Amino acid sequence: MEVTKFISGSWTKTVNVRDFVFNNITPYHGTSAFLEGPTKSTLKLWDICTQAMAEERANNGVRSVDTETISTIDAFGPGYIDKDNEIIVGLQTDELLKRAMKPFGGFKVVEKALSEHGKVPNEKLTELFSKYVKTHNDGVFDAYNDEIRNYRSLGILTGLPDNYARGRIIGDYRRIALYGIDFLIESKIKDLASITGPMTEDVIRLREEVSEQIKALNAMKTLGNSYEIDLSKPATNAREAVQWTYMAYLAAVKEQDGAAMSLGNVSTFLDIYIENDLQQGLISELEAQEYIDQFVMKLRVVRHLRMQAYDEIFAGDPTWVTEAIGGMFHDGRTKVTKTSFRFLNTLYNLGASPEPNMTVLWSEDLPENFKEFCAKVAIETSSLQFENDALMRDSRGSDDYGIACCVSHQDLGKSIQFFGARTNLAKTLLLAINGGRCELTGEQVLEGIPVDKDEYLDFNKVMTNFKVAMQEVARVYCDTMNIIHYMHDKYYYEKAQMALIDTNPHIDIAYGIAGLSIVADSLSAIKYAKVKPIRNEDGLTVDFSIEGAFPKYGNDDDRVDALAVQAVSDFNNELKQFPIYKNATPTLSVLTITSNVVYGKKTGATPDGRALGVPFAPGANPMHGRDEMGAIASLNSVAKIRYEDAQDGISNTFSVVPKSLGADVETRVQNLISILDGYFSNKAQHININVLDKATLLDAMEHPEAYPQLTIRVSGYAVNFVRLTREQQMEVISRSFHESM
Amino acid sequence: MTISADTILNVHSIESFGTHDGPGIRFVIFLQGCKLKCLYCHNPDTIAMEGGEPYTVKALFDMVMKAKPYFGKHGGVTVSGGEPLLQAKALIPFFKLLKAEGIHTAIDTNGRILNHFVTELLDHYTDLVLLDIKHMTEEGYQYLTGMKNHQTTFNFAQHREKTGKAMWLRYVLIPGLTNKPELLQAMGTYFKDFTTIEKLEILPYHKLGVHKWEALGWEYQLKDARENTATELLEAKALLQPSFENISIN
Ligand code: SF4
Repeated sequence: MEVTKFISGSWTKTVNVRDFVFNNITPYHGTSAFLEGPTKSTLKLWDICTQAMAEERANNGVRSVDTETISTIDAFGPGYIDKDNEIIVGLQTDELLKRAMKPFGGFKVVEKALSEHGKVPNEKLTELFSKYVKTHNDGVFDAYNDEIRNYRSLGILTGLPDNYARGRIIGDYRRIALYGIDFLIESKIKDLASITGPMTEDVIRLREEVSEQIKALNAMKTLGNSYEIDLSKPATNAREAVQWTYMAYLAAVKEQDGAAMSLGNVSTFLDIYIENDLQQGLISELEAQEYIDQFVMKLRVVRHLRMQAYDEIFAGDPTWVTEAIGGMFHDGRTKVTKTSFRFLNTLYNLGASPEPNMTVLWSEDLPENFKEFCAKVAIETSSLQFENDALMRDSRGSDDYGIACCVSHQDLGKSIQFFGARTNLAKTLLLAINGGRCELTGEQVLEGIPVDKDEYLDFNKVMTNFKVAMQEVARVYCDTMNIIHYMHDKYYYEKAQMALIDTNPHIDIAYGIAGLSIVADSLSAIKYAKVKPIRNEDGLTVDFSIEGAFPKYGNDDDRVDALAVQAVSDFNNELKQFPIYKNATPTLSVLTITSNVVYGKKTGATPDGRALGVPFAPGANPMHGRDEMGAIASLNSVAKIRYEDAQDGISNTFSVVPKSLGADVETRVQNLISILDGYFSNKAQHININVLDKATLLDAMEHPEAYPQLTIRVSGYAVNFVRLTREQQMEVISRSFHESM
Repeated sequence: MTISADTILNVHSIESFGTHDGPGIRFVIFLQGCKLKCLYCHNPDTIAMEGGEPYTVKALFDMVMKAKPYFGKHGGVTVSGGEPLLQAKALIPFFKLLKAEGIHTAIDTNGRILNHFVTELLDHYTDLVLLDIKHMTEEGYQYLTGMKNHQTTFNFAQHREKTGKAMWLRYVLIPGLTNKPELLQAMGTYFKDFTTIEKLEILPYHKLGVHKWEALGWEYQLKDARENTATELLEAKALLQPSFENISIN
């Protein structure tokens, strides 16, 4: 291909964006002083968007929805916010915030979502999908057995992507800007030709998939043409690079409504084009910022059609447009560029926002000025999360990665993930205590665990039975995931995203657990105090009485923290024992999204003294109020969970009132930097930072209209606080806010 | 393990994330016991000499080491209370261990005690003293603390000044009680030529500790005192400004 202004490398011959970035990046060590505010055009557009979002909130969360069209890459004609002011164009549908039907995940879900807003799908479509077209959801339920259905309905497995799209896959959206679609098609055609017989099932499937990808690439060209953009050739300047990259992402969110549709790490990449144009005097800083502001604005208005029940597990209508920012190369150079700053600056230019889900890849070696800016932005907007770059680079090998969904490492363009929601580990422990019966219904869920009639729980007995329960749950969980991902590939294959990923990539299968802190504290209570099960007439344990004190997770006390570490490690090992679809590698997360509330509801009283129905702590957090030694001890407990045992990520949400972080802004910034350096040097993986007063949140509950952009980090993502249900708002407020006075 | 590492400190509580008792992020150890009974004390449960939990110096040191990665450029350990210097002898081996690790050490004290254990601890192992100035007059001091001889505080400050080592002054500003202009001026006059005072912290009076008094079954005598207005805080600061280079209102 034709290369003029960039330093060449292996990227010029084969698809290798990392090599391009590596050879052409201009790391930035300076301060944020160069940053510019928004242009008039940007403000005008954002004004229209905020107005539209207010209408959306007022209209039960949906401003408008198309009931006629199946959303595909090129199904909708062009849509604009205000064409004359748009430097970066493209909407998911032909109208701002209009949601579209993507029925291949499950048609019933689409019908349900529409009916909740008083709408029905076009009759023809209803007929097609009820008689002739099969969806992912149909396929999965054809294959599910009774056991799986039971685990699902009892809430042992929850939030499974069996009636909605799995998401998580990150297309390498940079590829279209760097190579243009023609080159990508050429290289996929070559790949296809090299996939030869014998025609086993795997080979046939792969050939079909690559053919689908090529079709998707062609459809992307059509999409570009509808906006008068020729995506067949590489981007030639900064504006085009931003536009091309966005078009690639747009294709993905037109075709798929996966729970999480991450962006990857485009900021470092785009900086190369911007820097080039700036050097040549083609654009000013104001224009550079305008491109990013308008790009980010587009990412903020991505919408999917969801049914209300979905909100229980993923509250606040998130889309997880996760952008990884910063980090280091293996060679010690930083990936921080001026565009890393420009992305963060959108939180000032357009105000705070949950999306895109900005994730700073933190390393002690990041430029000091960048650290300070990140800390300041986190303190002022509560819109950032941080992940341990050094840990993930060392452990996973790649230094060109994105964050899938909330917290999960994904090698860009080389690797994908199969999302698997999570299982309820606290309930698993209760199964072990109840001879394999569900503590709420009494139903026999699993075999092989003797009925316990002892007056007090015996630690060794409980541990033995817990192991058996974990084994069984892991087995059913693996079966379930195999079915889900087999069917998703079959009925709702991500052809647009996969077209931007190497053919036949590595696959991680992403399992998850909820309730870790409850398990740790329960085991600790059984081990260090005396726990007496209170059984009903059926012999079912419905409550516990605890005699004596016991160490609690969250106080940097090895006696209990070791139990948490062990539980994660044990369950992770159990997951490795079973064959997995497409030979995926099992990985585990300790992450709850907002399902900690619903999990709490579906879980009986636990031996740690938690009552029936009480929400779990989010992610790997200690239970509310049990961390009595202050925030550092709490962070240290979480940091002990080993990343090797939970490669899908370990989420921690840290909320602190501004005053407790330090007396003044400068001190707060420095203290936050110290926290991040300290936490990550202890090999922790992830942290959300909220710097907020409870009073602000309480006021926002009463006067939501005054806080349209109040953002708060929950487990692995951020939400508009006012878009949470009242119950979820209360749960957020009841969490430990670290207050040291 | 050396014998000194077995030394026991009587601990009231621990805050692993202290941000208001010295620079940076502090591992704060609140020791049990104090001979004063300040009317505004917001940790009245630390006053009694009995109670508390015994920790060995070694155990505390191990806990500090786990917090060390978070100290950054400025953080470290602050021993507060209660009155930590009542346990000065036992603090010496503790601070020795910390200094050997290059950890910044601070003592938050009312400055009542100045025996040879205290001077050894302060002069050799304590990077920063946070000294509470209760009141500038004998009468006021007695009223607020229940103890005689406000001169002890000044002797303590003089000693620190002689060693040339850093100290911060802390002054609880109570409307009508400690914020009178003549008191603030007296404080300025007394301390203005000190060279070791890096900072004066004005601590605006608040009632956050009242429930703890009630929980102890003690009567809270400052019930009628009120919190400062923003103007009062600024006025106090303005009066002190000529005498102190660095004043913060916490
Ligand atoms: S000196 Fe400090 S601990 Fe002792 S009573 Fe006064 S305020 Fe409380």
